[in-house]
Amino acid sequence: MPLLTRTLIKTAMVCLILALILGIALAFGATNGFFPAYIHLLVFGWITQLIFGVVFWMFPKYSLEKPRGSEALGWWMYAALNLGLLLRALVEPLQAARPNAFSGWALVVSAALQFTAGVLFVLNSWKRVREK
Amino acid sequence: MPRLSVWFIRASMLYLLLGLFCGALILIEKGLFIYAAIWNLFPLHVEFLLIGWLFQLAMGVAFWIVPRFGKGFSRGSEGVVWASFVLLNAGILIGALQFWFPVALLIGRISEVCGGILFVIGSWRRIKPQTKGK
Repeated sequence: MPLLTRTLIKTAMVCLILALILGIALAFGATNGFFPAYIHLLVFGWITQLIFGVVFWMFPKYSLEKPRGSEALGWWMYAALNLGLLLRALVEPLQAARPNAFSGWALVVSAALQFTAGVLFVLNSWKRVREK
Repeated sequence: MPRLSVWFIRASMLYLLLGLFCGALILIEKGLFIYAAIWNLFPLHVEFLLIGWLFQLAMGVAFWIVPRFGKGFSRGSEGVVWASFVLLNAGILIGALQFWFPVALLIGRISEVCGGILFVIGSWRRIKPQTKGK
């Protein structure tokens, strides 16, 4: 299993644990500002990140020289996904409680990072999805 | 990878991009309060990412890797699963018109359910132990 896949899957597992802990906090009445962070840690941080890792590992080879496409692109994707997710998880509850310019623009950066992660994943994986 | 899986998985990647784009616009709106109508994209964000991305990717990978039959069409009745692909995607796209035509949501969901049922029918007998020549 390549290093990028191991890193993606282990980070996905950390997101799963964080989301489940946040779920307990929500059950104890934490404010709804945390609910989007809970959902996105589960759906993007856990399930989608796990898929990204497995796709990078197991999908058909890109070429003999570069079996998994561009590894550098994969690492940029990893950084964008997790920075974007972390930023939103920290800032979204602040913005919900007390909107301000700093947290507002941090959410814009987070949105750009998360979308960029998706674009990089598709760019790196598209050609590996092909008929045998 | 069979052609049908290629279509399922590539379509799922397109929905991933569409879903993330809608989500990004909503998150920007949360931060800057520019245009509240952006929130109308929320149902599309959920539909594109859950049905279009996650479910469809799972269907494409399942069609590719679950055990095959030894005789005839190796992956069973592919026509049924092609019909499932068409109905699922028609359902998502029709459902996306719900903002203009509220009835489109119901029609889209019915199409998605039919697509899901056809996928199950087309795959059911492939969920079996891996045995030689069967």
